[in-house]
Amino acid sequence: MTTNKSTIEEMNGDNAAAAPSERAAAVPMIEIKGLAKQFGSFHALKGIDLTIAKGTVFGFVGPNGAGKSTTMSILATLMAPTSGYAKVDGIDVTKQPHEVRKRIGYMPDFFGVYDQFKTVEYLHFYGASYGIPKAEREQLIPQLLELVNLSDKKDAYVDTLSRGMKQRLCLARCLVHDPELLILDEPASGLDPRARIEMREILRELKSMGKTIIISSHILPELAEMVDEIGVIEHGQMIAQGNVADIQNRMRVKRFLHIRFLDREDEAEAFLRDRPYVNRLLRDERGIQVHFGGQDEEQSELLHDLIGAGFKLVSYSEAQTNLEDVFLEITKGGDGAQ
Amino acid sequence: MREQTAGKSGLSWRAKLINPVLNKEFRLRMRTPRSMWTLFFYLFAIGLMALSAIYLTQVISGSGRAFDPETSKVLFIFLSFAQLGLIAFMGPGLTAGVVSGEREKQTLNLLLTTQQSSTTIILSKLASSLSFMVLIVISTIPVYSMVFLYGGISPRQLLLVFLFYIFMMLVLGSFGIMFSTLFKRTMISVIVTYGITLFMFAGTALLFFVMVGVMQELSPNATNSWIGHILAWNPAAALYSILDPEVSQQVYNYRSMGGSAPKKPLLTLWQEFIVIYSVLSALALWTAIRKLRPRLKR
Repeated sequence: MTTNKSTIEEMNGDNAAAAPSERAAAVPMIEIKGLAKQFGSFHALKGIDLTIAKGTVFGFVGPNGAGKSTTMSILATLMAPTSGYAKVDGIDVTKQPHEVRKRIGYMPDFFGVYDQFKTVEYLHFYGASYGIPKAEREQLIPQLLELVNLSDKKDAYVDTLSRGMKQRLCLARCLVHDPELLILDEPASGLDPRARIEMREILRELKSMGKTIIISSHILPELAEMVDEIGVIEHGQMIAQGNVADIQNRMRVKRFLHIRFLDREDEAEAFLRDRPYVNRLLRDERGIQVHFGGQDEEQSELLHDLIGAGFKLVSYSEAQTNLEDVFLEITKGGDGAQ
Repeated sequence: MREQTAGKSGLSWRAKLINPVLNKEFRLRMRTPRSMWTLFFYLFAIGLMALSAIYLTQVISGSGRAFDPETSKVLFIFLSFAQLGLIAFMGPGLTAGVVSGEREKQTLNLLLTTQQSSTTIILSKLASSLSFMVLIVISTIPVYSMVFLYGGISPRQLLLVFLFYIFMMLVLGSFGIMFSTLFKRTMISVIVTYGITLFMFAGTALLFFVMVGVMQELSPNATNSWIGHILAWNPAAALYSILDPEVSQQVYNYRSMGGSAPKKPLLTLWQEFIVIYSVLSALALWTAIRKLRPRLKR
């Protein structure tokens, strides 16, 4: 990963004595403070704070219209914030946009392609737009096409590609100048399941290459497996930020406990019904499913009480909480559309 | 704004001259059938007008008689105006959508996040549109050569007329690109650019005649030479002053009622036209460059 040392020195005047590598590590890839954006009387962003360390894959989640795309547009130097600031690699996006553009690869939620271009020409065009000499591009482009599985389509006209392929081509375009930060706005929207899996595989590979990635989605499970951290935004405010497990805990998302008893199931059901944090019970041939409102401690207590009361348990397990449930819980169950 | 920085090995002069946007425009322009049809219809229209004019002049002057130089001059003037009209028609159409079209196709944001400066993008867009128009206009030279068969026109005049066309395309192109940058929708940009073009041709002429009338009423004995400068805003009058140099003198020394001997004007109509519109085009391009990207600094 290349770092603009002079810029970082300017930003970190106090740490001038520290080793360059330490300073580079100290500067977060994204630093957003009090970022607000107003369109007339509509407040798209109401002062969000966000810090993302280098090499992190950050999932930006929220319903449509929550402010994800606005934040990403500001980071991509396409929009000026009304107040607050956003820095990429320590550089203010409004003060040195040219420097920021070198460091970012931006994929908007909706984008068009120049239909009359062939795939290779399309990448050559953007490569040249970043000032990459032709000889270098000749070597780079086959590698990029390989990465996004489009090598066999190199001479195809862009308008003949499927949506998933266009999406991957756009991702290759983001990578043409080897940026440190990828800003991907809904990269998997409108893709069929196979195309989504392909996209996910590519992102996983990019993560292993050490890129910092900020990726948005209004569908949380889509991100679950690959993100290190998530940030949940709604109505222009960050309502949660951290790793997925933390957020699940903090948001008091219901847990689903599967309990199987050896016998006395009727009694056990009555016993459970009276316990605190037990919101709902479902009984079927596999046992009893408990919608549990407590945290780890309360869950442990419930097990203790059951055994203490002499019930014979075959199994006591917590079902994997669906991230979609987390999302619905956080965003109060609505689709959030404004 | 700073020009794009070179890569590790630096950009060659060729890469600087043919930048990516210009290269793309050249390549893609010729891949669509539309370019072929534009060229075809343009040549068809100008050819049809030339042949009709030759036919009419022969009918009027009687068949079988020799084609005299004076008639061929009239034909040349006719063709020159016809071509100016076609340029005025084509210029806004080719340029008023170059930025808004990219915005509508959702490719503009991708372009704006690259290292290319706003200046490079705007000037490349202008250069590519101009080069296509120049190609079309140059391809009409054989039609003009028909006039040369009969004489009556100096090569200098022909050259001046073609240079005037290129300037006119630059002016309309700059206006088109400015409106294309200012307005989000191509439709509005095209309408406004055509509106401005119409004003340049009809509005200024109308204003001239209205002012002549008004000043005749108000001060019949004064020298109202300033009225002539209104015509320096009119492309057709400027073109005519190339074809008939005396017209500048007549216009600037316009007097409502007779008058003293005319003075030689400092600039001819077309020279003044070029000065005025050079400034306006530069302003239009400057505006387009400033407005292409959002203003980020607060």
